[in-house]
Amino acid sequence: MAATQEEIVAGLAEIVNEIAGIPVEDVQLDKSFTDDLDVDSLSMVEVVVAAEERFDVKIPDEDVKNLKTVGDATDYILKHQA
Amino acid sequence: MAKIKASKGAPYARIIGVGGYRPTRVVPNEVILERIDSSDEWIRSRSGITTRHWANDEETVAAMSVEASGKAIADAGISAEQIGAVIVSTVSHFKQTPAVATEIADKLGTAKAAAFDISAGCAGFGYGLTLAKGLIVEGSAEYVLVIGVERLSDLTDLEDRATAFLFGDGAGAVVVGPSQEPAIGPTVWGSEGDKSETIKQTVAWNEWRVGDVSQLPLDRDGNVKFPAITQEGQAVFRWAVFEMAKVAQQALDAAGVDPADLDVFIPHQANERIIDSMVKTLKLPESVTVARDVRTTGNTSAASIPLAMERLLATGEARSGDTALVIGFGAGLVYAATVVTLP
Repeated sequence: MAATQEEIVAGLAEIVNEIAGIPVEDVQLDKSFTDDLDVDSLSMVEVVVAAEERFDVKIPDEDVKNLKTVGDATDYILKHQA
Repeated sequence: MAKIKASKGAPYARIIGVGGYRPTRVVPNEVILERIDSSDEWIRSRSGITTRHWANDEETVAAMSVEASGKAIADAGISAEQIGAVIVSTVSHFKQTPAVATEIADKLGTAKAAAFDISAGCAGFGYGLTLAKGLIVEGSAEYVLVIGVERLSDLTDLEDRATAFLFGDGAGAVVVGPSQEPAIGPTVWGSEGDKSETIKQTVAWNEWRVGDVSQLPLDRDGNVKFPAITQEGQAVFRWAVFEMAKVAQQALDAAGVDPADLDVFIPHQANERIIDSMVKTLKLPESVTVARDVRTTGNTSAASIPLAMERLLATGEARSGDTALVIGFGAGLVYAATVVTLP
């Protein structure tokens, strides 16, 4: 069953917490991965790969750079999940 | 039809000696920062690199190779005349003809050993090692010298903040010889030419020679830039960590070695973040010693694995007889992984 927006944000929060040590509650739709959450470009790749596995979605390298905020990633997963 | 006699090789092959050469000039991040807008903290956090070695005019590809090889031959306890083949992996020897391996074979005093260069980027050591094993088991050589050598400082764009800090120079060499026991496992290797744009030389030599300023990258002063190595960082990171972890696991499986029985992990020293993530993805036990030579050597492409191997043995972090997983990966894209017994 496809994940809801709420479930995706919660899932991303867990992933970002595990990879970058950011508190789960800080991961909100309007937060920028780089500027607000201190997720650098390499950690972002780890976040993307973990999100792919968790939400059964493919996020190609060329799309990763467009995922600036948690909201961008959530929308992308909502649109592309299997 | 005449009957042809077959050659007779050794039952198995093993690495019997290792040697390295690091250029005398140590370059700290502060020097890199003179040309790019970055910081020591940024470079360390993205790569783990604090210093690298850059070669001077005398520290040529051939000269560094001869130094490293001399140590490897002494470590192996053989004489140069016993070497039947010299294989050099490099992407930064600018005089392509003749192969630099021939000059090295001569300067070392081999007895007209077969000598040739290969181009397999950062997987070059694993490719050379696989060839060496084949030559020994098949019987074309008793001892084979495998050299990884680079002067990547010559192919670095010092104005590119994404790569200026990454690369270093140096040479690493191993002597491979006959063995009664398996000591080099099956190689898991391959190429993914559909990803050739991921890591590459910016401009071909012939395009650069033509020097069309409307087509070529220019430096701050408007001059055509010398060709350099460029890469798509995120794509390389994803491939290196997640795809190469699978290849590394396949090499362990092919050798029949359980991670719990592994002593040492020597991945290509591309970037410490890649190494950290590979270790995590592979779920290697904490008992495994992990090579982190990249911190003070930078990325030396084909030279990185033998240089890291030499340092681990020299510092006592690894010991002769230890079981090590080695994996190289890079431009091509190409990769090669195998399990070896350390010399």
